[in-house]
This record gives sequence, C-alpha cells and structure tokens, in this order.
Amino acid sequence: MPGKLKAKIVAGRHLPVMDRASDLTDAFVEVKFGNTTFKTDVFPKSLNPQWNSEWFKFEVDDEDLQDEPLQITVLDHDTYSANDAIGKVYIDIDPLLSSEAATVISGWFPIYDTIHGIRGEINVLVKVDLFNDLNRFRQSSCGVRFFCTTSIPLCYRAVVVHGFVEELVVNEDPEYQWIDRIRTPRASNEARQRLISLMSGELQRKIGLKVLEMGGNAVVGYLQCFDLEGESGLVVRAIGTACTLEKLSGGGATNNAQHTANSSPSKDMKESPKACMSGCRSSHSSPVHGAASRLAQSFSVSYPTLLFSGTQGSNRPRPSLRARGASAAQSLASAARQCRPVFGDECPSNPLSSGPSTPLRAPPFTSFSPSKSYSRQSSSSDTDISLTPKTVLFPARLCLYLSPSSPALSSVAPPISCQTSRPPGSGMAPRSTTPPPSHVAQSEVSMLRKSVSFSEDMLLAASGMGSGGSAGKEAGPLKILLRQQTQTALEQREFPFFTLTSFPQGFLLHVAGVVSARSVKLLDRIHNPDEPETRDAWWEELRQEIKSHARALGCHAVVGYSESTSICEEVCILSASGTAAVLNCRFLQDGCLDVLSEHRCDDSAPPGCGFCHVPYDELNMPFPAQLSPCCCCHRTKVPDVLFTTIDLPTDAQVTGKGCLIQARLCRLKKKSQGEGNATCISNLLPFLEYELHTQLLNKLKLCGMNALFGLCIQISVGENMLVGLASATGVYLSALPSPGGIQIAGKTPNDLTYDQHVSSIQRKINDTIVKNRELYEIHITEVAEDVIGSPIPEPRQRSRLFRSHSESSDELSELDLSHGKKDAFVLEIDDTDAVEDLHSLLTDAPTPPGFYSCNTEIMPGIYNWTSAIQMFTSVRVFRLNNANLTNLGLNKIFNELCENLLKSLYFKLRSMVPCCLCRLNFTVAVPEDELIQVAVTAVAMSFHKDQTQEANKAAQAHSQMKAIAETEEQLQFPLELNAESASPLSPKGSGPQDGSNSHGRAPSVDYSSFADRCSSWIEQLRLRAHTIRRGSIKTSSSPLPEGRSRSLRSTRSFPGSSVSVVKMTPLSFIPGAKIVKYLGIINMFFIRETTSLREEGGVSGFLHAFIAEVFAMVRAHVAALGGNAVVSYSMKECVFMENPNKNQAQCLINVSGDAVIFTRESDQEGHLPQTSHPQPTEDTPP
Amino acid sequence: MSVELDVFVGNTTIMDQEVYQLWLSGYTVGDAVKVRMDGGVLDGCDASAEVLRSDTMDQFRTFQMCERLLHNPAKLANQLLFQIPPDRQAMLIDRYYAFDDAFVREVLGKKLSKGTKKDLDDVSSKTGILLKSCRRQFDNFKRVFKVVEELKGPLVENIRQHLLLSDRLARDYAAIVFFANHRFETGKKKLQYLTFQDFAFCAGELISHWTVGAMDNQLEDMDVDLDKEFLQDLKELKVLITDKDLLDQHKSLVCTALRSKTKVFAEMEASFKNLSRGLINIAAKLTNTKDVRDLFIDLVEKFIEPCRSDRWVTIDVNLYLTHYINSAHILDTFKHQAVWNSLWDELFKMLTDIQHVTVCFLVKMGMVASGASAAAEGTRATAASSEEPVPVHPTQFTTSISFSFRDMLNVGCRAWPHSG
Repeated sequence: MPGKLKAKIVAGRHLPVMDRASDLTDAFVEVKFGNTTFKTDVFPKSLNPQWNSEWFKFEVDDEDLQDEPLQITVLDHDTYSANDAIGKVYIDIDPLLSSEAATVISGWFPIYDTIHGIRGEINVLVKVDLFNDLNRFRQSSCGVRFFCTTSIPLCYRAVVVHGFVEELVVNEDPEYQWIDRIRTPRASNEARQRLISLMSGELQRKIGLKVLEMGGNAVVGYLQCFDLEGESGLVVRAIGTACTLEKLSGGGATNNAQHTANSSPSKDMKESPKACMSGCRSSHSSPVHGAASRLAQSFSVSYPTLLFSGTQGSNRPRPSLRARGASAAQSLASAARQCRPVFGDECPSNPLSSGPSTPLRAPPFTSFSPSKSYSRQSSSSDTDISLTPKTVLFPARLCLYLSPSSPALSSVAPPISCQTSRPPGSGMAPRSTTPPPSHVAQSEVSMLRKSVSFSEDMLLAASGMGSGGSAGKEAGPLKILLRQQTQTALEQREFPFFTLTSFPQGFLLHVAGVVSARSVKLLDRIHNPDEPETRDAWWEELRQEIKSHARALGCHAVVGYSESTSICEEVCILSASGTAAVLNCRFLQDGCLDVLSEHRCDDSAPPGCGFCHVPYDELNMPFPAQLSPCCCCHRTKVPDVLFTTIDLPTDAQVTGKGCLIQARLCRLKKKSQGEGNATCISNLLPFLEYELHTQLLNKLKLCGMNALFGLCIQISVGENMLVGLASATGVYLSALPSPGGIQIAGKTPNDLTYDQHVSSIQRKINDTIVKNRELYEIHITEVAEDVIGSPIPEPRQRSRLFRSHSESSDELSELDLSHGKKDAFVLEIDDTDAVEDLHSLLTDAPTPPGFYSCNTEIMPGIYNWTSAIQMFTSVRVFRLNNANLTNLGLNKIFNELCENLLKSLYFKLRSMVPCCLCRLNFTVAVPEDELIQVAVTAVAMSFHKDQTQEANKAAQAHSQMKAIAETEEQLQFPLELNAESASPLSPKGSGPQDGSNSHGRAPSVDYSSFADRCSSWIEQLRLRAHTIRRGSIKTSSSPLPEGRSRSLRSTRSFPGSSVSVVKMTPLSFIPGAKIVKYLGIINMFFIRETTSLREEGGVSGFLHAFIAEVFAMVRAHVAALGGNAVVSYSMKECVFMENPNKNQAQCLINVSGDAVIFTRESDQEGHLPQTSHPQPTEDTPP
Repeated sequence: MSVELDVFVGNTTIMDQEVYQLWLSGYTVGDAVKVRMDGGVLDGCDASAEVLRSDTMDQFRTFQMCERLLHNPAKLANQLLFQIPPDRQAMLIDRYYAFDDAFVREVLGKKLSKGTKKDLDDVSSKTGILLKSCRRQFDNFKRVFKVVEELKGPLVENIRQHLLLSDRLARDYAAIVFFANHRFETGKKKLQYLTFQDFAFCAGELISHWTVGAMDNQLEDMDVDLDKEFLQDLKELKVLITDKDLLDQHKSLVCTALRSKTKVFAEMEASFKNLSRGLINIAAKLTNTKDVRDLFIDLVEKFIEPCRSDRWVTIDVNLYLTHYINSAHILDTFKHQAVWNSLWDELFKMLTDIQHVTVCFLVKMGMVASGASAAAEGTRATAASSEEPVPVHPTQFTTSISFSFRDMLNVGCRAWPHSG
C-alpha cells in the first residue's frame, strides 16, 4: 500500500576538498529510493554547502518502504569529466513505519565512502506519510516493531508472547572475492552493502508478516545474522520472539496476560510426535541438497550433562582414540562425559557411565566405538529418523530406568561400525536424491536415536497424563488463563523457542540446563535464491534436535535460544543453543511433564529458587545427575550445578558476586578439502565441546560457584584449527549446594618429589578457591546448611571424576582408589589433558581489585550503579608464526591472548574503578591460516562502592521477594509486570489462589506493595507522556507543519551546536535512567576497504578508524531519530581480511541495537519540557 | 607468534592526559612505554609491559586520528567521529596548541616559512625537544598565523574564537603572530636573557598601544600592523635632543628632582644626555622596518647596558625614568605657547600609553628572575609611577646586580617614549 516518502537535503559540512585547484568542492546530492532518483542543485565552491532543497517525494509501496533504504549520494560536480562520488548515506526508514516509533528522521549523517571512510556530514530530513491499508493479502508488515533487546522492552508490557519466528533469505553475493575483481572496489562494496540492506529489509518484512499472522505486533530478541558463504552465496537469517506488546501507559493493566505466553507443552508434543527426531543426528542431507550436506554431524550438550547426541560416545576421548582403529576415530566418545552421560545414548551403551561416581570409563567401551555418531548420517532423512525411534523405544527405556542404579553393561551398543561407511550416496548424489531413504548408516542412526526418542516418549506420556489432571487445582482466574494459554498454544508454531534471556516475573518456572546442537555442512551453491529450502532445512534439523533435547530434560520450552554459524571455505558449522526450561508453571503445572512428582507443584513458591528446581523427575532422570534438596526451600531437588544461556533471573537468590568464566581451547586439524574436511571437523567437534565443558566446570569450581548464566559456546573453524571459546557468568546460587573442591591426584604416588608436586598443586588450587570466595564475597555458612539440610548426607560429597584417565588397566585400579575420596573433581595431573586443564585453571588471573566482570546483563551483588558507562569494542588478531605448534602450545597461546585482552581492558578502564564489565561478549574467528581473531564488545559501568548500601541491599535480597525491589532500578519491566500481574491476581483470585497455595501468601503481600510502587511509576510516565503530547501540540501550531513531529527532538541538529551525546550499551537498560521511548531498530552493515593500508596506519589503524566510523554512524542515526542512546547494541559480524603485499585490506562489520530516548531519573521534569519546545528553525539549519 | 592487530575503540573516546602529553612531546611508542613504566603506571595494576604497550599504541593511534581535527579545532566540536566530552575537547585543543617556551624562544620573530622549518632539527638538538614536537609546534604557529592573517578585529579575540584556545594561549599566540609578522630580532646573544613570556608581555603592550587597531577602535582595523602614523609622529620627539635648550632644561629638571634621592646621582647626571639621546633615537627611527626589527636589541644596547655599567639598581632606573617623563611633561607645558600645538598633546598622551605598555612589559621582564609575587608588585608599582610619580618602594626590588639590570631595562623603556 502506498506511502509517501519525503526527503529534504538541507546542508553539508566538512566536505572533503574535491578540486585541488581551488581547494573547494562543487557538491550536489542525489536522492534515490527504489528506481526513482532526484537531484539537488550544485552548490558551487564550498565545503559547507547549503542546499536547502525542496521536498523530494517518492510514492511507493509499503513493501518497498520496508525493503529499501533511502540512498543519498553526495557528488562533486565536474564539468568536463564524470562527477566524483564523495560518499553515501543509507537511511533505513523502517522506524518511521510504526506509529509508536520515530516520526521523523532529521539530523547530520556522516557521509560514508567504502574507500575513504567518513567524508563530511550531511543534514537530511526524512518523513513518511503512510496510508492505512488493511489488505489481507498484503506482503508488507509495516508497524511490526523490532527489538534487539532480549527481554520485554522496558516501557512495554507483554500481553502475549506468541513464540518463535524465523526466516532466512539467500542471494548471490555480488562480490565474494574482493581481491582481483573486475569492478572497482567502490562499486562492488556498494553493491554488497546495498544488497544486504535490501535483504535485511526483506527479512524483517517477512518476519513481520509471520508475526502478524500469529497475531503479534512486535518481535523481541530479534537476532539477525549474515552468513557470507563465499561462492555459494549470501544468507541473511533472523530469529526472534513474536509478542504482543502494549505500551505501558496507565496503571491498571489487565493481569492475566503476560504470562500466558507459552505454549503448553502438551500440545506440542502431541502435535509433533513426528518432529521428534532424535537428537542425535547429524545431519542429514536435506532432501534438496544431496551430496553437499551429507556430512554433517551434530551433537548437543546440556548441562548438567553433556548430551552429545550425535555422537555416541561412550568414553573419554583418550581411550577411544587409542582403541579405535581408523574407523574408531570418529568416535568422539569423549563426548559423553562419563559422569554425565548422554542421556539417551549413553545409557544403553555404557553401563559404567551410569554410576555417577564411576571415575573411569573403562576400556571396554573402546571396543564399542562410539564412532558412529557422526557417521555420515547424512543420508538419513528426517523421515527415517522419525520412524526409527519406535523400534528402539523399548530398549531405550529399559536402559534408562536401569542404568542409574545398575552398572550392568548393557552393551547393546549401537556400536555399529558403520562409521566407515561412506556417506551414502556419497558420490555426487546431487540434489536428485530426495529424502534419501535409508542408507547404510541408517542402522546406526536408528540406534542413536533411540535414546532420544525415548525421552520424548516419556514426555509425551507424562504430559498426557498431566494434562488430564491439570485443571483442578487452581481456581477461576487461572482457568481463564489456562484457556488462553491453550489458545496461544494452538497458535504456537513448531518450535517452543524463545530468544528472550530474561523474563517477566513468574514466566520462567524451571530451568534444566543448556541444550545445544551443532552440525557440519558442506556449502553448495544456492541455485535458486528464491527457494532457500536447503538452509531452512538445515536449521530445521538443528531446531528439532534442540527441541528433543529439551524434552529429554523434561522441559517443554527452550529459552535464551540463539543460532550461529562458522564458515571456512566450503565447510560450515551451524550451531544452535538454548536453555531447556519450563515456563509459566503457575498456570500449567498440572499439565506439565511430570505427574509423577507432585512435589513440583510448589514451584510457585519461593521465587528466589524455584527456577533451579529440576523439571525432571528424580526417578527418571534423563541422565545421571546429582540431585539434592534445594538449599532455600528444602522442598525440592536441585542439581548440583546449573548451566544456562539466559540472564540471571532478577529474583534469583545469589550469594556474593559473579564473575566471568571462560573456557578456551584450540585444536589443530589437518588441512583438507570438501568432505574430508567436514569429516575431520565432525570428528573433532565433540572432543572440543567436551573439553570446553570440563574446563568450564573446573573453573566454576575454582571460583567456588555453582551456576553459569549467559553461557555462550562458540566454535570457529579455520583451515588448520578449530577454536572453541565458552564464556559465561558464574554465580553462587543460594539454592544450589555448595560446590566441592578440586582434587589433584597423581598416578605414581610412590615418588616422593612427585607427591610434593601434587600436593603443592593441590594447595595452590585450594588457596585459589579460598581466595576466590573471598573475592566474590561468597560466604557460606556450611554448618547451617547441613543442619537444615535434608536427609541427603552431604551434598558436597559427591565425587565427580572429570578426567578419567586410562592409560592402562593398572591405572584403572589406581584411579579408582584415588577417587574413593569423594571430594569433587579429581584431576589427574599425569594426564596431558589434565595438565592442560590445570594450566588454564591456574593461569587465569583474577580480575584486578575494583573490577568485576560478567557476560550477562546484571551482575549479582551490585546495585548502585552510577551513570558512568563506557561501551567499547576491542579487536585483536594474533599470528601464530610457529608452524609446529602442538595442541597444548596452541591452547596456551590462545589462553594468553584472551587473558591479555582482558588485562588490557582492565588497564584501560582503570579510571572507572570500581566498575563492572557487563555483557562481555567475545567473538573468535580464524580468518586465515595461523591467524586468530578475537573481538570483544562490552560495557564498563562504574558503581558506588557504598558498603552499607550494598549490605542493606544484599540483606534485602535474601529476604524473600525482595530482590525485585532492587532490580527495580535496573529492570523496570519485570517489576512492572510482576506488579501488574500480581495485583490484579490477588484481589480477584483471593479465594482460590491463596487457599491453594501455601506459599502463595507471602508473595502476595509483597506484590501489593510493588503494585503501589509501580503504579506511582506509571503515574510518572503518564505525566511525562502528557508533557510530550503537549509539546507536540505546540509544535504543530508553529508555522511549519513539519514541526509537528519533532516534539522529542532536542536542539541537536544545528550545525553550530555541538553534537549531542549518544550513549551506547550492549545492555537493555541504562543505569540511573528511564527509557521512555523505543525509536526503532538499528541494523547496519558496512564495508570498508583500503588500498593504502600502510598509509592508514597499518591494519590496526585501518580497523580502528573503521570501528570509530561505525560507532559514529550508529550514533548519528540514533540522534537523527531523536534518540539519545542505543541499548542492546551488538557487533554481530566483524570480518577482517588483509593482503599486506598489495597494501590492501577489507573489513565488514554488522551492528545492531535499539535506538531509545532515555531520561535521567534525576531530572525528571527538567529534560522533557525542554525538549518539547519545538525548534521551528530546525528544518532549515543555517 | 605476534599480535598482528590490536585496537580498542570506546563509544566515548578514552584518552589519558599523560599519554597525550607524551605523544605531543614526540615520543615514540617504545619510549613512551618506558616513560610510563618509570612513572609507575603499572603500580597496583596487575598488568604487563605488553598491556602498557598496547594501551599506548592505541592511544597514540587515537591521537593521530584526532590530529586532523585538531588542526581545525572548530571541527572538533561538531565532528561525529569521536565522541569526546566538551571538557576533554578543550583539554585536547589546549594541550595540542601548547608549546615549549624553549622552542618558541628559538623561533620567535623568525619568518614562519619552509626555510625555518628545515632548520628545526637544529632547534631540536639545541633545545632537546624532539623534532616531531618541534614540527607540531611550528606548524601550529604557522596555522594560527594563516588563520588570523586575513582576519579583521582584535588579534587575541580572533585567535580565541577561531581556534578555541584558552585566554592565556590566545594571548601567547597573538604575541607569536605579532613577532613573526614584524620579524622582531630576538635571537641576538644580548637578548638571550629574556624569556618568551617577557616578549609576550611586550607584544601584548605593543599590540594594545602601538597597532592600528589600538589607535582607533574600529573593527575593520587590524591588530597585527603597527600604526604607521604613530611611528611617523614619534619623529617629532627628536626636538628633545636636537634642541640644545630643551635638552638642557630637561636635564636640569630631572636632576633637580633626583638630587639626593639616589646614590648614583653623579652617574645619572653624567650620562643623562647619552641616555636621552639613545632613547629618542630609537623612537625616531621606528618608521624604518629594519629598525623596528631591531627595537629590542637597540633598547638593550642604547639604554640598558649603559645603565648597567653605571651600576644603577632598579630603583634608580625607575626613579630616573619617572622623572624623565614628568620633566618632559613640564617641558611640554613650557613649550606650549611655541611650536607645539594640539598635536603634541595627542602625541604626548599616546606616548604615555606606549610608555606605560612598554614599562609594564619590561618590568615583567625584569621580574622573571625575582619571582612571581615581586613581579606582580613591581608591575603595579611601575605602572603607577608612570602616571603619577609615586616613589617605588625600595624593598620591592632586590638589589643584586642582575636584577637591577633587568629592572633598569624595564624602567628604561618606560622612560624612553616619554622622553618627548
């Protein structure tokens, strides 16, 4: 439907000198949208031209409005030769398409050239008049709002959370080879920028359509990524969570809604039994793509356990390696950590694993090579898979039940040796092969699957039962909710995924652990850009897998879900991960998975610990885990360790502070091509992932903590190595048992000096743990715990053997002995792997005094932020000159690289102490042989070191429900939500609810007080809204009609005045400030290239300038929208390539975030009135 | 293995003042790291030299990128590339345009040309200031000169507005521009004892009293050029030495006033004619560009050195000049009926101004060595004395030779214009 886009070119400044003779420039501007182009007059001989053009009007479809950027080109007029381009500005007009976002774009934009960088600025005004059109068949989705923020935006309330939306579009990359091309660099870069801009516009539009279909009006947690697949094309894909948001305007708010969101689990399961392909798999070829995709492998991991679905692994890597002949190699056994065996797979195959305590994975396993996992299951099509489970079902189940208790060997082992089998159809089975029916590999596949299927089955059963019983308990209002819920559930799509990482109070009931899946694919040319089925299918598989893992963990949903890729040549690793969770229990609980364990009903109880409670049944644990009673409520079981990808829930009860925990790993791999390469990578992946988990766990223990939040595992592939980097924020959850120590053991105890060595290491570790506890203020009163503690003896006395080590059977016995002391982990220092671990453990320097760091939004234990924030991006590229590096050496280097980077950050930011680095987001890449690139984006926020205040707050935090109070400052929304939902609830459902819930009471009291607070806050908001409106009215009365929309605009755009400050932060909030308006999403892609690298200060100078330019452009766009901050900022992509011989370099950067207007809490009324005075002159800056 | 690329970019540009200073001083990254290490930056931080190096490199790069903007400080305020808080911007600019007195002393009064720039390595080795820093400072002078050259209106104000410099810096640059414009000779050995600040003071006084802009306050006039008419008028003063009668009268007036007030009265009486002649000659020759250049050296040679050889002290010089001026005034009134018309009145007034200026500036010169507080006092005292002959308090000046020498200089100067 048509809309009218209007643009006006006002002026330019600081233009470059284009005419050497006069040292001046004759500039004019071309304004282009779609296929229409307008030009301004030439403003002769000036570096600060004043065009003051007329309004250029474009009449266009809103579909185009969504897809196309407005393209402004500044040129130098040349009488005799062709006009020289000075640079361009792309303006995404999407924010203007929603009534609630920005209304006008006006301001100075940097004029950007892909070769020269920023060359002056141009002042532009853009507006859109949109005609309302309700054509049902429209292809546009104007008005759907997009938020990068992974929580409900602060000034909104979620009425409904509809669920997962995804889309991807593919295209030919106009210039994938930047060196030696025919077009000029400028032309090709611009073509690429424009294409990507178009593609992301299209992507947003399509996602918007899906959202509209679901009945939503916004996408939250929008995550868009580019895959530069080189020859095979360009993929732009996005995922997000569709929601119906409502602007918080007035107090009341109907309660129910917000929690509704999710899908009932039962429904999903029923609906999609089919979907359950098992986790195991790998890849399979998508029907379309035959050969290419065949080699894939995926596995997934979840903590507490590692689930490697793809792999069958049974053993530790070592043994298996030894054992396996060539074929065995694939085994990956490692994957399956012994203690935490894979749920399904493991049990059957590996009896030993079942006992949590069993330290070693015995050699027996070796025989059964786990290998198959990755065998090229390529062939198996989904359909096949789905069938298989059934057959296996029985055994699987059996195993499951049995295994925990009995070590009996169920060597049912699937160990089919098919590993070696070539990928079926390996040949070039071009796409012709359709759902390739079974292949050789099939059998294995089926075996693998079984485990998974089993779990699903269970779930199904459970859920079925559950649903029957459900309604009863909760009364009236709840029923309504339930009904609504089912409704939403019906609408729910295939994947109960949520890209959100923090949730309204009460939304998140239980968290089971991380589920992840990876798959290795061979890229093939995308033949038909209009039908990106291949890529779709790939992701589909992964998602299915994730879903099945979640089910296996007794969860019906996955939260904190994200997807990523790593591409090297034609091999691509697709990764997906999230946290299995049970949502919205309050309304769902009966319908939930376990009928068996009634005790779970009490989840609603202590909000501080509820989410830690295991969602699976103790008797039917999907994997052997150590459960113990919750240390807070003592009513329910909790795992000993919890890994999640989400943010720390605001109401979580945490002891002490958190810290950043990273596991870093490099693995060499042989250089190879095509399938061989893919196989090789597939083989390495599980080991890598396993090692990363081990490291994480060890480091977590070393910090004296028991839970990880915001876990992000990145695996990057290069030509000759794989690099893995796992980052997370460790915290001590009060609900979970206190972590045990780490025990060092040596295998040659007779040697005295050796013993000393061992004991000195042990001492060092113990000291570190003590020191860390001190540092992070983790003070646990263990005695008390024990007293209160449940029947279960000592939660801490569990032995966990992380590294079994199995050089020979002799050692085995020894090992067993050593691990008789059941004090947590035993590290075998003789084991080379362990040495590595030890090294990484002990070399990690603690954060310097005054610094804290985390990769989540909130740092537990710090509440009194000042308003000083500093967002930064740091990039390092490391060259490994030494060709003969071992894994060990490589690891050391990589570790040092990361550590040094962190140290540099601490040093740079030392003036902000005391401060916390939040959202430390590391990205690793292997851009070339022997190069490792690490990019970090984070924000440093300083806080008041006010002990008393802190102490107070901390105390509060401990008392039930109080945590919310503090977080009010940081996350208004959850509070808001809570209050709103709660307050209505208590009056309405007073009878039933209170009656039914024993613990419901305490909270309800608090709720009301919150409600008060909230409503006052809302009052404030409303007031503010009034002022704004009034302001705008005033404006409209001004002679210039255009003034109407500028109500919130400050005086920024005067050329003479200094530039307005725009804050940037990767967090979703700004400390000490309130976000009053979201202006739209910022999603920008830039390419920069140079052919005079040395002259620009080498690679560092080049990249430094480019990043600064990107920041500048982001800020300018935000300011032009009328905003003064970007929240949830992230740098998605930073691809850097250089060719020093040719003195060339190129870099691509993709950034995104949400433009917002915030007001300081201190100047509540001060700020707005000021801004509300329209500046009539604004349209015509001098 | 090596770090190939290492950058850190903050949304708000982070700059360490200390590092900035090192960069401005022209240090290489390696040297800067050394200096910082020795300075103890790492104390209390758990960081290695590696970290320090990375930080230093990064900041040096930032400064380099900012440099382009600093060349046009007005741009810094509304550029979009770096987000720098306004107070930091001011700091950046001020520090960038700051210069070393030792350096400027070498270049002061020289033509800001390529030739001079080529000689900078000599300057560098002489002053110990790194060549890079010398170049920056020299380029700054040139840049400011270029900006201001064509502008109308008060010089200091122009510099302040166009380059966003602080008051003090703007005044210093005005002096530099002024000196460069007139190419005053400052490099002679006899002038070596004078610091840049001494000259800057002189320049300030000259600008406000001798230039076209100072004469009539119309904005279109320029501050940079000396008022030709005024210089022409100064020739009239020659009567004071050419007319025998006048000279004698003048001498006797001064001597009468001075008698018994100073220990060196005999010497004063003896050298009166010489000194008077010296001063008046300097004044009368100023229409000649070459002589303008030699203004300072002439002053020293013709007036200050004789005083010094007679062992006058500050107070003596002060007294002498005060009375020299007063007497001339009386002479003037005597003369009133004769040759002198209203022109003389004006001229005389102007001379007083000039004298005042010069005196102040010279006092300042003299005070450099004797300490700031004394300088302030002295300035006030001499200024006062030039208007009404209030005797200078004797304790205000130390009597050591060297000091007195400088004081003589200043007082001498003040006296000279009056000599009319």
